[in-house]
Amino acid sequence: MSLRVLVGCKRVIDYAVKIRVRPDKMGVVTDGVKHSMNPFDEIAIEEAVRLKEKKIAKEVIAVSCGPTQAQETIRTALAMGADRGIHVEIPAKEMEKLEPLHVSKILAKLAEKEGAELLIVGKQAIDDDSNATAQMTAALLEWPQATFASKIEKTDGTLLVVREVDGGLETIKVKLPAVVSADLRLNEPRYATLPNIMKAKKKKIVKMKPADLGVDTTAHFEVVEVCDPPSREAGIKVEDVDALVSKLKEAGRI
Amino acid sequence: MMLNKQLMKAVLGHTCNGRVIVGNSRPHIRLSRCLNTTNQDSSTSAQVKEVSDNEPTQQSIVRKPKRPPFIKNLFLGRFDKEMLTYPEVLDKDRHELLHEMIVPIERFFEEQVDGEKIDKEAKIPPETLQGLKDLGLYGQQIPEEYGGLGLGATEYARIAEITAIDGSIAVTLAAHQAIGLKGILIAGTNEQKEKYLPQLACGEWTAAFCLTEPSSGSDAASIQTRATLSEDGTTWLLNGSKIWISNGGYADLMTVFAKTPEVLPSGEVREKVTAFIVERGFGGVSSGTPEDKMGIRGSNTCEVYFDNTPVPAENVLGEVGGGFKVAMNILNSGRFSMGSSGAGILKKIMGWALEHAVTRKQFGHHLSEFAMIKEKFARMSVAIYAMESMAYLTAGMIDGQEEADCSVEAAIVKVFSSEAAWHWGSECLQILGGLGYMKSYPFERYLRDARILLIFEGTNEILRLQHAGNEMKGMIQKLRNPLMNPGFILGKGIERIRQHKDNPKLDLNLSDSLHPSLKAAGDILEYCVKRFQYSVETVLARHGREVADPKNQLELARLANCAMDIFAMTAVLSRASRAYCIGVRNSSHEVQLAMTFCDEASARIKTMVKDIENGPFISNDSTYAKIADTVIEHGGYAAEHPLTRVFW
Repeated sequence: MSLRVLVGCKRVIDYAVKIRVRPDKMGVVTDGVKHSMNPFDEIAIEEAVRLKEKKIAKEVIAVSCGPTQAQETIRTALAMGADRGIHVEIPAKEMEKLEPLHVSKILAKLAEKEGAELLIVGKQAIDDDSNATAQMTAALLEWPQATFASKIEKTDGTLLVVREVDGGLETIKVKLPAVVSADLRLNEPRYATLPNIMKAKKKKIVKMKPADLGVDTTAHFEVVEVCDPPSREAGIKVEDVDALVSKLKEAGRI
Repeated sequence: MMLNKQLMKAVLGHTCNGRVIVGNSRPHIRLSRCLNTTNQDSSTSAQVKEVSDNEPTQQSIVRKPKRPPFIKNLFLGRFDKEMLTYPEVLDKDRHELLHEMIVPIERFFEEQVDGEKIDKEAKIPPETLQGLKDLGLYGQQIPEEYGGLGLGATEYARIAEITAIDGSIAVTLAAHQAIGLKGILIAGTNEQKEKYLPQLACGEWTAAFCLTEPSSGSDAASIQTRATLSEDGTTWLLNGSKIWISNGGYADLMTVFAKTPEVLPSGEVREKVTAFIVERGFGGVSSGTPEDKMGIRGSNTCEVYFDNTPVPAENVLGEVGGGFKVAMNILNSGRFSMGSSGAGILKKIMGWALEHAVTRKQFGHHLSEFAMIKEKFARMSVAIYAMESMAYLTAGMIDGQEEADCSVEAAIVKVFSSEAAWHWGSECLQILGGLGYMKSYPFERYLRDARILLIFEGTNEILRLQHAGNEMKGMIQKLRNPLMNPGFILGKGIERIRQHKDNPKLDLNLSDSLHPSLKAAGDILEYCVKRFQYSVETVLARHGREVADPKNQLELARLANCAMDIFAMTAVLSRASRAYCIGVRNSSHEVQLAMTFCDEASARIKTMVKDIENGPFISNDSTYAKIADTVIEHGGYAAEHPLTRVFW
């Protein structure tokens, strides 16, 4: 059995960019800031493409929810080897309020609609660090979940997934269809090559709105304030262990 | 024809009393042009023809406008105002595609390229080279049907900004495709293209360009390598040695230039240069050990020897005896990207120097608060702005015009950018002070790498002379036959009197083609154009046919420098005007950069015109010639030591 794989990829502020809080303290500056695909989602795409290269998957579909520019993220996925894309358009203003639950509902609907047997997403996005989409989507679909995967192997009708857990590795077996979230060490994503970027131009991206899937994206919570982390105070040097212990006691740490 | 709203606005924004005429050119390339109706345009008939030529063109046949060569015409006092409309070469799709391509290239250079190690070990690791090949960077300008990316000059220039981040890699890539295989693209037959381009595009094969020889550097026509045709006419036998060949140690395919005999009808035998495509596998090809260089240390530079190398007759590139033209075409078309690569490096290291300046405190102030440091950043920005503007204007000309003749423009880009990269690279190092001198910082490496830019692909001296000299020789032809060019001579009398008073008649209305906020700078440009024309005539009148003699080089160099500044002024004004009209971020900063550049450039031009007007005896030219003569005669520095005493 050859799988149809759905992969979620989010457009986030590039990992190398120094984040600045907006003057109104309601979010961070995104205008004129370099964006790229969430690194964990890149790992998810890479894994799906490898499954296709091993003939385990027959089709890889990349999905991104976001503003018009999210298509750039989908193009990257297509250039890496995904077959087609789905862009669920969310205006930039609403994007700030889009929650993992909304994305989960969208992904779940798409998985059903496309007849996907495997959904792979990054374990979390590096902007809001929610780490919730995979889990919620599995629940909505009532599919088994294999989160924080560092190795995926397919056996008949099941996946053997090695997970990174506290203190070691856990190997679990999940029945297909399933949801998998990719951890850092699952693979090393390839660079999209220039010829493949050109070929990706010919691949299709379908555009739709959450409403087309019957998903309501009304926010469930309100952002009160976004602020910079407190700046680190300078440390001091102590003469010896005794001085260290007394300082720590003074600070109430021990 | 679809008109992009923004561009329309831009165009309307700067058509004061002119009108907008939309040409029949490729819709997304040049949508629009401004022509002032009250004044006769000074450019040649080609331009006028293009405007009136309004027959519908089929969408499938892409026709580009043909334009007169810009700088060449400048020598005649003609200014093509079209140059003041900055080219829009890429349509939406190509624009997006290019910017998608940039992402993985930038990442690759950030994550996989260790410039310090490459410099230290004088070798690019094979896995890095493989990564570059996998990305597709070995076939940038090779057409798609041969497995390349089919990029235009503009796209190639943009990518060169990134690949320049490591000098060794930039040179390796350029030696492969900007010159090594370029001959096949320019002059190759279909069979040659089909046979060689696919494996060159994927990097399975690497190419090199073999012209320079131990006794033949700038004087390329004097090469000694010889090829003789076998009696059956099927094979050439190649003999000789080439020096300083980039990729020479491992190139699988080489474009080699050699002398071949040509029998004249009189029975006399003359030797002419022919270009050959030589595979290493033909036999008789060997390479020397890699040279130990000051910079670009990771690029492979070797001597290459040919010992009775058999080359099949079908591997002649272009025509037998037509090799010199092939070589010049390759070199002329390879230079334009040096502007963007130089700008790419400078922007990068300026960023690092700035980071230092805003964090380092001395005397209780950040370095960035000191006026002398600030001035460096400001002047550097002006220089980078000029480099970029010229590079992309030239690339736009190459992409947007039919059979574009940009050899002079490309040479200007190379000369200006290489000198700016060297000078401002050094100033960045200076901002770091002692730290900048340390090997643990990248500044000294970038400076060493940048030094070659002033030397290779035609030294800056040769490029100045060659291009200024060629134009002047062309002028002589016209002057000697005034009846063929009546307009050239008529009306010169009154204008000369005005010029003598440094008050040329400004009748080109250049500022009409620019945003009104750039009017002052537009007028300065026009003044410079007029003064340049006057200088050209002055030099011609003074030296006549001897204008290109070795002893008159200083005059030619001044003209070349003036032409460079005028081209740069045109480019920065055209770009700033566009930026301001379409409203890009920080466009008022761009206007400031452009105005400042024009101001300083016109001051330089004034000095040079004055020197030309004064002639070698009032300027110090003849004194310098005498000083040099004494030094040469003396075999070195000729003044006595300051401690020398002739009396006690």
